[in-house]
Amino acid sequence: MTCSRRDFLKEAVGGTLASVLPLSAFTFISSEEAKAALAESKVRWAFLVDASKCTGCGLCVKACKNENEIPYDAPVTRTWVERYVVTKDGETHIDSPLGGRDGFIDDKIRGEEIDPEDIAKAFFVPKLCNQCDNPACVQVCPVGATYQTNDGVVLIDRDWCIGCGYCIMACPYGVRFFHPEHKVADKCNFCYHRISKGMPPACVECCAFDARRLANLKDPDDPVTKIITTERVAVLKDEYGTKPHVFYLGLDASVR
Amino acid sequence: MKWHVLRPLWVAIALVGSILIARQFVVPDDFGVHGQNFTYGYYRLSNVQEWKDFPVKYRGREYCVNCHAEKVQLVNQSPHEPVECENCHGPAVNHPADPALLLIDTTREHCLRCHALLEYPNSSRAHVPSINNRMHMRRRECAECHNPHSPGEKRE
Repeated sequence: MTCSRRDFLKEAVGGTLASVLPLSAFTFISSEEAKAALAESKVRWAFLVDASKCTGCGLCVKACKNENEIPYDAPVTRTWVERYVVTKDGETHIDSPLGGRDGFIDDKIRGEEIDPEDIAKAFFVPKLCNQCDNPACVQVCPVGATYQTNDGVVLIDRDWCIGCGYCIMACPYGVRFFHPEHKVADKCNFCYHRISKGMPPACVECCAFDARRLANLKDPDDPVTKIITTERVAVLKDEYGTKPHVFYLGLDASVR
Repeated sequence: MKWHVLRPLWVAIALVGSILIARQFVVPDDFGVHGQNFTYGYYRLSNVQEWKDFPVKYRGREYCVNCHAEKVQLVNQSPHEPVECENCHGPAVNHPADPALLLIDTTREHCLRCHALLEYPNSSRAHVPSINNRMHMRRRECAECHNPHSPGEKRE
């Protein structure tokens, strides 16, 4: 039998590929692993914002930035507070200077003085990640760096994120941003390190007006879950089908 | 058999094969489908623990009361009861070991977060006692006259 060098190499490469390809193309998991993956978690974190209680002090934003090591003076934040002033002529004036980090101590909105006589209604709306059931940000991640945990929180793997920014564009709520120090996507995770230890998120702890509260939707005895399931609550941008899990009491139709 | 298509084909297959082989070494063992499905649950499992291990900085009133029971009791009886200690004193982290001293925010701007007058009649801001920042004791710090732990009483 004769075998040319070319034929030998062809056969060798072909043989190697044939033996490697099926192994790498399929992942085998044991039945225990499959069961563990499907196991129902006893926790589904959700959030309740009472917009009618918020006074716009911005202490939640300050606490969030300190707790989660978000550069304090960078124009990025995991949570923020928006001010809405609806005037009698039907116009809505919205601002959120530095995400409301220093509170709202001036009645000027974007430098515009509004006569108190002209104000029909005014209120503050805290915003944060909605930890959606159908998170658009997770669907678009090309590398599997962002994902949904069993308890419903969407996390970002900072070691795995390549910083492409698809998720930042995909989030309909504008919650995600590019972390200026870690050079990866970043967003609110309900202070996952705190809630998994039984502590409230930093913004909830620092809210003096009970405007922010954390809920475990799988626990029917949870007082906040009771409010979400029995009171009239609203979510932001329901029409996107993302099934957000930040519920609002006292949400106005002008809130976008 | 000499067919000109075969050579680039082998090159392409070898390239794909080498990527798949390299993948075995680069991708961590715990990377895979862990959640309910591939769309939302395709990730590195150990990252969940990494997030759980993130250091806590705001320790809450239960931590402060261990040493500063007197102050906590004073605040708890005042209208400032709902305000967390760390809102003004800053995050405790591992105080008193690190940091040994907390930097207290006594600025006028800090008090104004809640107490600046905004004429929003149907907002909850209207229910907080407030001052007109442009009229009331300009350029003075509030704590010079008001005791933050017991804002009802005035300092002489």
